[in-house]
Amino acid sequence: MNIQVRDRPKEAASVQAKTGAKTAIADCDIHPARATKTELYPYLAKRWHAHLETYDKRPYHGMMEGPPYPKAQPNASRRDAYPPEGGPQGSSLSFMQKQHLDPNNVVLGVLNPLATGQGIRNHDLAAAICSAVNDWQIEKWTAKDSRLKASIVVANEDGPAAAAEIRKRAGDKNFVQVLLLSRNVEPLGQRRYWPIYQAAEEAGLPVGIHAFGFGGNPITASGWPSFYIEEMVGHSQCQQTVLASLVLEGVFERHPTLKMIMIEAGFGWAPSLAWRLDKTFERLHSEVPHLKRKPSEYISDHIWWTTQPMEDPERRDHLFELIDWIGWDKLLFATDYPHWDYDEPSRVLPPGVSDANRDAFYLGNARKLYGIS
Amino acid sequence: MTSPIAGGVDCDLHPAVPHLTSLLPYLNDYWRDQVTTRGMTDLVSQSYPSNSPITARPDWRPPQGKPGSSLEDMKKQALDPFKVSYAICNPLYGVQMVFSEDTADAFCRALNDWLAKEWLDRDERLRGSIVIPTQSVEKSVAEIERSACDKRFVQVLMLVMGDMPLGKRVYWPIYAAAERHGLAIGIHAGSNYHNPPTSVGWGSYHIEDYVAQATAFQTQLTSLIVEGVFARHPALKMVMLESGFTWLPPFLWRLHKFWRGIRMETPWVDRAPLEIVRSNIRFSLQPVDAPGDPETLNRLFDHMQSDELLLFSTDYPHWQFEGDNALPEGLSPGLVRKIMIDNPHATYGRLKQSVIKEAS
Repeated sequence: MNIQVRDRPKEAASVQAKTGAKTAIADCDIHPARATKTELYPYLAKRWHAHLETYDKRPYHGMMEGPPYPKAQPNASRRDAYPPEGGPQGSSLSFMQKQHLDPNNVVLGVLNPLATGQGIRNHDLAAAICSAVNDWQIEKWTAKDSRLKASIVVANEDGPAAAAEIRKRAGDKNFVQVLLLSRNVEPLGQRRYWPIYQAAEEAGLPVGIHAFGFGGNPITASGWPSFYIEEMVGHSQCQQTVLASLVLEGVFERHPTLKMIMIEAGFGWAPSLAWRLDKTFERLHSEVPHLKRKPSEYISDHIWWTTQPMEDPERRDHLFELIDWIGWDKLLFATDYPHWDYDEPSRVLPPGVSDANRDAFYLGNARKLYGIS
Repeated sequence: MTSPIAGGVDCDLHPAVPHLTSLLPYLNDYWRDQVTTRGMTDLVSQSYPSNSPITARPDWRPPQGKPGSSLEDMKKQALDPFKVSYAICNPLYGVQMVFSEDTADAFCRALNDWLAKEWLDRDERLRGSIVIPTQSVEKSVAEIERSACDKRFVQVLMLVMGDMPLGKRVYWPIYAAAERHGLAIGIHAGSNYHNPPTSVGWGSYHIEDYVAQATAFQTQLTSLIVEGVFARHPALKMVMLESGFTWLPPFLWRLHKFWRGIRMETPWVDRAPLEIVRSNIRFSLQPVDAPGDPETLNRLFDHMQSDELLLFSTDYPHWQFEGDNALPEGLSPGLVRKIMIDNPHATYGRLKQSVIKEAS
């Protein structure tokens, strides 16, 4: 995490000094931002410029500007991540290189743009903005720094339009995954989203599901809570339900080669959810005869997890046991740069991890999953 | 298997209301007339469809009628074999699902009177939970005041999915009333279906709803903790019923991490979430969402870092285990005693009290 503190310890620097040269890492969750409100205009048809200026985006929540729960810091981002040339945190490639990619030796960085067309009620506008964001990712980021890879963002509520966007980008090596958010109008296993999975599987791309998004549903099954912390913690409950929906609707039965990544939603809940699914499935399998295997088997074959925000038990053996249950080959290191709850690479894993597991955790798993040598 | 010990407390059993018409004797003329004239149907919640496998163990399912509707069956199948001293009845009849607070209130009062007369009066081991019309805090408090005179009621029962998150300040008079009367607050799996049953909308399947119960408990715990319920009511015990508990350690690791980062948003939270859970929150034992091997389970208990959190339950007549295996394998005798006897008694203060009904 990166929060405002008065006396900042110098510890981070000394830890780095001790470990010497930084080993290469992947960062599977980087958030690029736009420097200005009109930065996407060159990639958007003229009609949408006027539309945005008149009506704006109208997402599945009531605010014209900003999120319904105020973040803990401006743009939910590090206070030290404003680029010197101006603009919000994460909007400058050169500053991202200087502050994050170079000093942390990030050799593979996956871009997950969040302010896109996803979660917008006008689905034509959603598709137009998503396609523009995909062009913008190439031109502003991946074409200028080969360490960075883009995510195909799609109009999540319009299956056919989303599938068309994926097919348009298929084969373009700038893109390494399709990106969805966890909160949508319906749970992501529902059939309105199936064309997305079909197209992703055909394109040989994994589908990343990042926490957040808006679909009009309260973030608890008992309505809207009061606080930002409830929304933040609640994303992991949303993600659990999304994963249960994907498994129980038979998405992995229909798409046996599809891989999915749970991004920024924690992974600590994975074993308990899998056990609960299996136990309940023992009783209720007659309701879902399209499932041919135990729910936990689909999860262990099809799902990867990014690490940030890393679960932080008091005792390190608890963390290691947890990862043993999930598999050291299933975790993808991520920092969430430039967001405030950023995980610092040198501090995330406590001592006591084998070299092989450490390498897999920081880089090997991501290279293998994304097919990047 | 781990053998149960005599003298325990079964903290979660579900006596079933045979039909809405069973409550007619406990309703006044107006409501009796409403039920019959309007042809109101039986209030069975989708959370527990009568014929769903999870709603009753095959060998506990009666030849006819709803599972859990016979006291004789409950004695034979749960109270006697597990040799309990007390068994806490948590009726799951769908009285909270109606949208009118007046109707909910009338049905809750009838349900509580029905439980006292048709169950608690007929077996001295039985204790009850006061079901409240949560959508009206005023009426809920009045019902707690009315029913609390009967000392056999040991807790107030709410559903884990309702109209609003349970930490919201509007509900606090309910918690104050419970604390005043020495009642625990029990929060049981199930929804009144006034909101979608998951935080990402309506799923397709019953199995999805059931799996999602655990996530609903997680969001409610966050709400109760960060709204400050336990800063206001430090002695109040809340019991998560049929919640599962193996999700608790990783949930707390996440909550704790964010609380450290943004505690300035909720400065009244005066203790770490971990500490609040250890002092104020308890969990019924069943269902045990874990593999059957004692090794994994004991690692999970170690992750919970407390042997005081779990309360014995059979979840009768729901199907959570086979035979007499209500206790998972590999529990030490000391932990069995904590779960079956010590922890329930430390949670439910009223179990110690005499049961003579006060003159009201």
